[in-house]
Amino acid sequence: MTNWTLETVKAAGAELAMIKGGSGKPLLIFHDELGFPGWMTWNESFAHERTLLIPLQPGFGKTSRIDWIMNYRDLGGFYSQVLHEMRLDPVDVIGFSAGGFIAAEMVAADPKIFSHMVLVAPMGIKPAQGEIMDMFALTIRHHLRATVADPEGTPEFAKIYGGQMTPEQFEAFEDARSETARIGWEPYMHDPSLPYLLRGVKTPTLLVWGTRDGVVPRGCVEAYKNVLTGAVVAQIEGAGHRPEIENSVEFERVVRNFLAA
Amino acid sequence: MKIGYFTERPYRWLPEEEILKNHAFFAVSNRFYDRDKAADDYNYYLDENCYAEELGFDLVALNEHHGNPFCMGSVMNVEAAILAKMTKRVKIVLIGNPLPVIKHPLRMAEELAEIDLISRGRLITGWVRGAGSEQFFNNANPAYNREMFNEAHDFIVQAWTRPGPWRYEGKHFHYRHVNPWALPYQKPHPPMWIPGVISPETVKWCAEHRYPYIGLGTMLGPTCDLWDYYADEAAKQGYQASSENFGYLIPTVVAETEDKANAIAENFVYGGGQNAFSAPEYTMPPGYNSKAAIRALAKQPTGSWLGVSGEKMAQQMHGREAESVDYKEVHRKLVAGLDKVKRNYQVIAGTPKTVIPKIKAILNILRPGVFIMFSVQGPVSNEDRMASMRLFAQEVMPALHEHAKAIDLRDPFQRTPGSVALSAGVSRAPVSDRSPLKELGLR
Repeated sequence: MTNWTLETVKAAGAELAMIKGGSGKPLLIFHDELGFPGWMTWNESFAHERTLLIPLQPGFGKTSRIDWIMNYRDLGGFYSQVLHEMRLDPVDVIGFSAGGFIAAEMVAADPKIFSHMVLVAPMGIKPAQGEIMDMFALTIRHHLRATVADPEGTPEFAKIYGGQMTPEQFEAFEDARSETARIGWEPYMHDPSLPYLLRGVKTPTLLVWGTRDGVVPRGCVEAYKNVLTGAVVAQIEGAGHRPEIENSVEFERVVRNFLAA
Repeated sequence: MKIGYFTERPYRWLPEEEILKNHAFFAVSNRFYDRDKAADDYNYYLDENCYAEELGFDLVALNEHHGNPFCMGSVMNVEAAILAKMTKRVKIVLIGNPLPVIKHPLRMAEELAEIDLISRGRLITGWVRGAGSEQFFNNANPAYNREMFNEAHDFIVQAWTRPGPWRYEGKHFHYRHVNPWALPYQKPHPPMWIPGVISPETVKWCAEHRYPYIGLGTMLGPTCDLWDYYADEAAKQGYQASSENFGYLIPTVVAETEDKANAIAENFVYGGGQNAFSAPEYTMPPGYNSKAAIRALAKQPTGSWLGVSGEKMAQQMHGREAESVDYKEVHRKLVAGLDKVKRNYQVIAGTPKTVIPKIKAILNILRPGVFIMFSVQGPVSNEDRMASMRLFAQEVMPALHEHAKAIDLRDPFQRTPGSVALSAGVSRAPVSDRSPLKELGLR
């Protein structure tokens, strides 16, 4: 088991909490709108060949909220400054859900910031068909359960939510949802100008999507594919919004192949 | 002490089962909306408020909720404007305009100025943050709720008092030309009263601004705690809080017999009552509550909180699925639960003879300068509603006025809130009297 650590990175005028684990070339990971879910099998697998860098988003409980960040574009700009100051760019990135939105904003502003970009069920562009699930109109319990197609049949989901919550977990989830509401409330979890700013971006991009995703519809993936030159799509049959734990074998295969290309 | 009349103006024609099936009032489809019944009731409720003036109430209060048959006051200022013309004497108290939800403080300043002008200075304006469900309905970002509330309030005060034109570039509001040609009748502006439930942050803000705080039917013991918190903050500001700083609103039904009063009072739990105002996901949107409040909620999800029952909160955290429901049984349980609510003095029901000592007990404990009767919810006839008002006004109110005078409960018009200076180093005086709580069997 990899010994991952929680570090504090001083950059971009902030003290950013960051999970770091593994060895090898850096692999940046943006967690989703519910926060870092914990070190999962897929993290362990990639940690054997890559150094995983997982910033814990400002306002989610470990990194203090940054008031000047008022939307996902601002957040992308913040993280871009962090990468520049850490001299990490260009770097490979995997962005999950709203984390994909962050990565997309960053690459729209600077296509050279990422060498490979994996967007897993990304928010950020309003789909032509379907809607991004309104997570704010759900209780935390319903929100969590909506993120996987088969909660009882996904062993690692129990690490995230097993049917009961400690007060600390409840508070952490509410922190995450509060901060996500603050920066993503309106327009809801997308930016109308993002598809235009992504036009012509040639950063190698893999779009991953579970065919039973109840949070982000296929239309979001289509929207990204339409504007990102050369983007490829990997659908994971039967997985919901968390293909990385619902079918970690297939997820690792498609991502590993892509990053090696 | 001033005595007021308040009704939520409920939509009375929705079958209870539809509310129970939805587990809450908010988000019941408006396909059940009957325009003729609604038109009748908007007119009736306006007449009812005029009747309150005729009966001698000192003030009538209005509130606002959106997308919710619990309350037809979707645009309270419209009703206030009409009452400004229809009435002659009563204060018109707004409890209150949800500033972060309306998101247009300049328009708010104009609307309220017109109401104050038409009424020739009888407006008491109140501000609220808006319930959780109002954020959803109006698409107001709950994470900025408190910031928007504070900024909107500060802006409105400026709009009313600073000669224009001037320009405003704030964090949440931007106005390039502030020069309203509707300015309040009252100078410097109408009094401001702040209704609330349990938020310590709101109480602190209130005390800092010397605004009276109106407790909305909160349990007596915790209300004393809130009053103490207010008074401590007031002491830090250099003044002694007293009855003029506090008001209290309580569900009240008066009838000729106990049986009739209790039967009418059952309608306070119609559809689940206040506890079913909105489902948890709408009551507590992310970012709406402070971190301290969330931490407290996480540790103690019991009891009613912001209109969400402890059972519902536990379901939110621990994932018990809803069982299949016998709605008649649900109704029976709701009515059965009302006894405890009455024992807690959170609903007052009875004949004038039995109601008077109950309200006197509340006055003794909380010492409010304003007392507001909250009329019954649910499908109660106009006749029963007005009879309750009449019995209260004619047989209860005189006794309450006399008692208030005897225990020196001054209202905000008799003594300006925040006007009693507290010398440095002097401890503040108590603002409530908890001693009767024990003999009433309350915490």
